[in-house]
Order: sequence, then structure tokens, then C-alpha cells
Amino acid sequence: MKPLVISAGTAISALGLGVAPTRVALQQRRSGLVPCNFAGVAQGYMGRVVGVENHKLPEPLQQFDCRNNRLADMALNTDGFSQAVAQARAYYGPTRIAVIMGTSTSGILSTEQAYAKRDVEHGTMPPGFDQQHTQDLFSLPTYVAAALGLEGPCLTVSNACASSSHAFLDAWHWIEAGVCDAVVVGGADSLCGMTLRGFGALGLVDEYPTRPGDAQRHGISIGEAAGFALLERPGVRPLVQAVWYQALLLGCGASSDGHHMSAPDPQGRGAVAAMQQALTRSGLKPADIGYINLHGTGSLANDAMEDRAVYTVFGDKVPCASTKGWTGHTLGASGILEAMMCSITLQDGLLPGGLNITQLDPTFKAQVMTRNTTAPVRYVMSNAFGFGGTNCSLVLGAAQ
Amino acid sequence: MKISVRGVSVWGPGLAGWAQAQACLQGRAEWADQAQIPPPAAALAPNERRRSGPVTRLAIAVAEEACALAGVKPSGLSVVFASANGDGGVIDGILKALSEPGGEVSPTQFHNSVHNAPAGYWTIGHGSIASATALGCYDWSFGLGLLKAVSEAVVEQHPVLFVAYDQPIPGPVGTVRVTKASFACALVLDPDLSQQAIAQLTLCYDPQSTERADMPAHDGLRALAVGNPAARSLSLLTCLAQSRNGSVKVACQPGQLKVEVSPC
Repeated sequence: MKPLVISAGTAISALGLGVAPTRVALQQRRSGLVPCNFAGVAQGYMGRVVGVENHKLPEPLQQFDCRNNRLADMALNTDGFSQAVAQARAYYGPTRIAVIMGTSTSGILSTEQAYAKRDVEHGTMPPGFDQQHTQDLFSLPTYVAAALGLEGPCLTVSNACASSSHAFLDAWHWIEAGVCDAVVVGGADSLCGMTLRGFGALGLVDEYPTRPGDAQRHGISIGEAAGFALLERPGVRPLVQAVWYQALLLGCGASSDGHHMSAPDPQGRGAVAAMQQALTRSGLKPADIGYINLHGTGSLANDAMEDRAVYTVFGDKVPCASTKGWTGHTLGASGILEAMMCSITLQDGLLPGGLNITQLDPTFKAQVMTRNTTAPVRYVMSNAFGFGGTNCSLVLGAAQ
Repeated sequence: MKISVRGVSVWGPGLAGWAQAQACLQGRAEWADQAQIPPPAAALAPNERRRSGPVTRLAIAVAEEACALAGVKPSGLSVVFASANGDGGVIDGILKALSEPGGEVSPTQFHNSVHNAPAGYWTIGHGSIASATALGCYDWSFGLGLLKAVSEAVVEQHPVLFVAYDQPIPGPVGTVRVTKASFACALVLDPDLSQQAIAQLTLCYDPQSTERADMPAHDGLRALAVGNPAARSLSLLTCLAQSRNGSVKVACQPGQLKVEVSPC
């Protein structure tokens, strides 16, 4: 595929707002996970963004108020992202910039809270409950477009935990097809009772901070995050470097497992296909990839499958690790958050090794790292997999 | 963008599969506002069939028929599934459980709650490792889903199965977000225009259009289109059913998708 440039990008998570605090936390190997105490759930650990409760949406957009859109709005105000989009809007015009967002649960927390106050006798929601602007999946891109003053087509992709990775692929389709000139790609997923309880019910939440790759790993820690990337054709307009990150999108691949709703195919057939497709489209060979930011959720099945799939494609020569020990699993937002992590790797040559690993799973064959190292890296891969057996891999390169 | 429609299906009130729906949409048969139960998802193994809900059954019913009419094997086909509401029944069950003391959520309901569950069941049923995209775009799910599906097909130069489906949401949320009836449609879209097809479409997206989107002339079908996001497809389906040249404006957010239809 013809490469696209991420001319500006940012993300927020339990590590803080944007590139700078994330970089420091990665360098210092400082996790953002804390014991979970959200929506009445006190099991395991969580990656919570500080300050969401007090954040206010702009007055004219108050109808969109919910935790997920607050998280998105905080990210829009981070690393000068909104200003970067304003420059692109002035160049291309507002109708030529699309908004493609990934989310798995959108503003469902608002519905949970309203549901608790429902009229049980009549089976109705409390007055004032606004499903369209909070719970509905389309609330997120509608909000982002309104906040950024964009008038191009909006799209929500909801492929579970691969949602915001998948948004890059969908953006490539629209830019390449000429539907638009640029896309604000991204996503947000916020803490809510549904995911905290749901993953708990499946026995997929570790009682300790998540330990992706550890022999004793026992599940995920759920986190929340939001992030954005402005994607466009390279060379069309002069770009300025600022506090936001920049990178190139060189390849992307998507596949299904066709195996099971909530358990990955142990053979990793779909994961291998997504990684190979992303590599092929980037025109790179496996040995060109300097680091793989793994999906690495910390669940027994995912990490074993992913190790097998990575080994199938890359052998044991490419360093790889999961950064979810820092942020928790931010579900549909993990792809856009980890795109920022990848750009830090590309820019600094910082290869984060997995956190919280006492003993690496002895059955692993890929080169899973447990300590940070530094090495010049030109190309990285980012993986995201999800329920329903959905897989997405991205290949990113350093901005030129 | 140009694309061939190689297969089509529809399932909704008074519309039970393409052959019967075609007669209604051509005006040869009277349309009756009667709920139609879609056939069981034969592609699913008994376990998956038991675990999956009526929304999945509906989506898979139209997907199967469109593939059969197109004569394409489902196992290698990329799919785009678009739905505003997803599985409202599953979400309602989880919301109810969360509001009760203890808040215990059913694991099966939780994994069925992901928006890509019907697409996931489809790929599991056919052992497919092809890409499956799940979209949720409120009342514009059909228009924006079609725009995404055609763009993917043209850019990647492979056929795409596009499915739009929506069902009423039970419980309190359904009193706010009202969807009147179950409706689904599917199109097998092929960028290879030399393949045998039902029609060729030429699509043009206009983000600034303020023209009114086309709606069916028939009162009952128009009410159906107003009451279900997937049924916003009915004007395009009518044009396909009547095998006539036509131009259909489909609502997007913002703007609209203008679809020129040329029967093959």
C-alpha cells in the first residue's frame, strides 16, 4: 500500500496525558495500575485516567456528556492535537476530513447509571436519558467531528479490542478510494460496570496487576484510554513537528479467527494472517521489523497464541513485548494508545520490555523481552486481537 | 466508485428472502406488514447456534442468501456488518444484571455483547479467516456501511459481503431508542465488473448534500424504512428488484451517498 503519514497523534491513559508522561513512565518502568474500585467492582487492578470526573465538555456540546466523550475530549486537548487538526482543516477544508473511531462500549456507563434509576413498574428510563449522544456507538465520532469542526463522513468501527487498530485500516480504504483527503483516526473506551463485571465473569481478570508473558499470568487488568491520529497522504502539505507524535503507517492487515467467540484459535491462524498481510502491504520483510508491541493481554490463552503466531512469522529474532502492564487492557482504545507507544519506540529507540514478569513463560519461543533496551528501530508492528475472533496488525515507521 | 452487485437478500416484515421480496418490491405481490422469522443459521454448529441470539440469526440469514444467489463461497469472503443497535436484548440483560445486588453478569451474554458478535459467528460458521468489520453508525448505518464496504472492495480489489441489520431493543432503553421491526439486507459487492451480476452501481459520496434522501413511495415500506436503520436500504433494494436504471440517494452523516443503478 502507499504509505500514509500520521502527521499528529496523541493518547491518554493511566500513565497520563499524552506523549511526555507516557515516555517517562515507559523509561522508568512505572505502571499506572491501581487496585480496582470502580462501579462497585473491587476485583483486581485497573488503569484509570485521573481527572475524568471533573472534566467538562464545551458548553454547546453538553448533550454528549458521558465518561467516554469526556475521555475523548481530554485527548483532543492533549499534545496540541486539536490545533494540528485545525491546520489540516484550513488546508483541506472541513468536508474532506473524515472521522473514524473505534470503541467497544462507547458511553454505556451512562446507561448503567440511568438504568439503576429506571422506572421498574413501567419499564422506562429516567427522564433526560439521551441514548443517541451517550450510549450509542456513533456518539463518539459525532462528538469528535463536532468538537473539531469537521464535516467529512463519520464512522464507528466496533471490533471489540481491535476497534481502534481497525480504524486505521478503514481510514486507508477511504483515503485511497478518494472519499476524503485525511482522517482523524482513533478511539476511546472508558471504565464501566459491563466490562469490569463481564471479564470478571469469564475469569479473565488477574487479582494482581496484569503480567503479560509471565508463566503465572492470570488475566487482564482493565484500563481506559482515548487517542487520536491524523492520517493523510505524505507530501501533500508541509508538516511541522510539535509536541504531538508523528509516524508513517506503512502496512495494515485484518483477519478473523473463525474459531470461537471469546477464546483465540490456539494455532493463531488468523493472527498470523493479519501480521503477514500487514508486512506484505508494507513491502517489508520480517527481519526489517525492529520491535513488536504485542496485544499481550495477560490472559493465558491470548499470550500463548500470540507467541506462537509471532514465532511463526518472525522466528525468535525480533524483540517483542506487551505494554499492558503499564496501562492495563484499554480494550477498543488499545490500538490507538499503542500506536503512540510505537512512535516513542521509533523516535527514542526505546524498546519496552514487559512489566510485572517474575518468570517468563518457559514455553514461549518468540523473543519476548522483560527489560527495557535501547536500539535504533526503523519499523515496528502493533497487534490487536479481540472477541469474535477479530485480528488487526499495523506496521509503523519513523516519520521522515 | 463502480461496483457489481452479484447477490442480494432482504428479510423483514412481509419480506421473506429475495424472491418473495422482489415480487413485493416490483408491485406484483401485495406487501403485508407481518413479522417473518428468519431460518435457523444452518452454517453454525449446534453449540454456536444455541449461544447466538436472534440478531445473529437474522444477519446470517440474509448473508447466506446473498452469497448463494451470487454463487460465491462464504469462507473466503471479507465481510462488513453494519448495525445501529447491535444486540439490544443482550445489552438489556447485562444492564438488568448490573442493576441488581451482586451485579453478576452472564459470561455468554458478555461475549455476545460485542458489536462484532454476529460477524464473529458468521466467520466461525464458515471457518473463515477473512477480515470482518463491524460498524455502528446510528440511523446512517446502511449508508456509511455501504460507503465503507464499497471502498474496501475497490481499494483491496476483492469482493465484500455487506450486511445491514437491526432489531428493536427490548426493555427500558428501547422506549427511548425506538426501532419498530426487525430488518436485514445483504449485498455481495464485487469490484470485478466482468463477473455475472444483478446490477452495477456507481457511487458518489457528497458530504455537503442537503437534498432529501430517497424513501419508498409505498406507505407501509416507508414507515418500515423510517423505523429501522437497516431498512433505509429499501429504496435501493426496490431499484434492484425492479431491474431498472435509477438513482438513489442514501442518507449518511453528514451528507449522502448517491447511487446510480444500472441493471445487468
